[in-house]
Amino acid sequence: MTEQESRQRPGVVRAGAGLLNRNFGRILVFVYGVLALSATGRASVQIATKFDKAPLQYLLSAFAAIVYILATWALGTSRKAVAVGVVTVEFFAVLIIGATNSGSVVLDKQTVWTDFGSGYGYVPLLLPFVVVWWLWFNRERGPRGA
Amino acid sequence: MGLIWAIVGALCAIAFVVVVVQMIRNVPASNLVDGLLALIEVGLVVQLVAGLVKLGDAPADLSKATWIGYLIGSLLILPAAWIWSMAERSRSGLGVLLVGLAVVPFLFLRLHQVWVG
Repeated sequence: MTEQESRQRPGVVRAGAGLLNRNFGRILVFVYGVLALSATGRASVQIATKFDKAPLQYLLSAFAAIVYILATWALGTSRKAVAVGVVTVEFFAVLIIGATNSGSVVLDKQTVWTDFGSGYGYVPLLLPFVVVWWLWFNRERGPRGA
Repeated sequence: MGLIWAIVGALCAIAFVVVVVQMIRNVPASNLVDGLLALIEVGLVVQLVAGLVKLGDAPADLSKATWIGYLIGSLLILPAAWIWSMAERSRSGLGVLLVGLAVVPFLFLRLHQVWVG
């Protein structure tokens, strides 16, 4: 059986359990992990070396790091409820920060969400949609499927 | 630094193509892929050393912490991708490697941006 066939019959293969960290989810977890690493590194440098310059932005930056760490953990351990919550926060955060900070960024890009995540190829803006699709794809299915 | 980026970037591109081919043929990561990843990692260690040496003539406004952060961070990507992909030796495992191989050259770009300010 090819992978394509197994993906089309998740109810058979996984009994509806929908592990979030298998198949495509494995790639997704890694992407979140990379963002978690970047956001953590960025926030650490900002807070350690120049916190006085823009405390609010750097705290937001740290908040972004926490969000990505939580998302990586939730997806990596197949915790759906946590994943939904964290990704919702991520989605609104990227919209709000993107809309607010735009144009007023002086020193450097202050959070991974600045300018809707343009510094990261807009990946932060796209990821919540991908996760929601992935959660839907792995939803609990009734006896007749779908 | 430019030379290191060119060589390692080219290796990343080659490894990327090899992994894509293996994804299409649906064969798990091979010794060739592992070898290329190891070679890239060696290149990244050279980058770390060169980058630290280069700090000697850094521009005054360089954020040294950011520069060192990217140098060290770039070392972590491929081992993490490799370990994470080992747990699922499938197309998805290869997909993880692809993401890692795309991130590394992106970090070169970032390092360059950090340096020129």
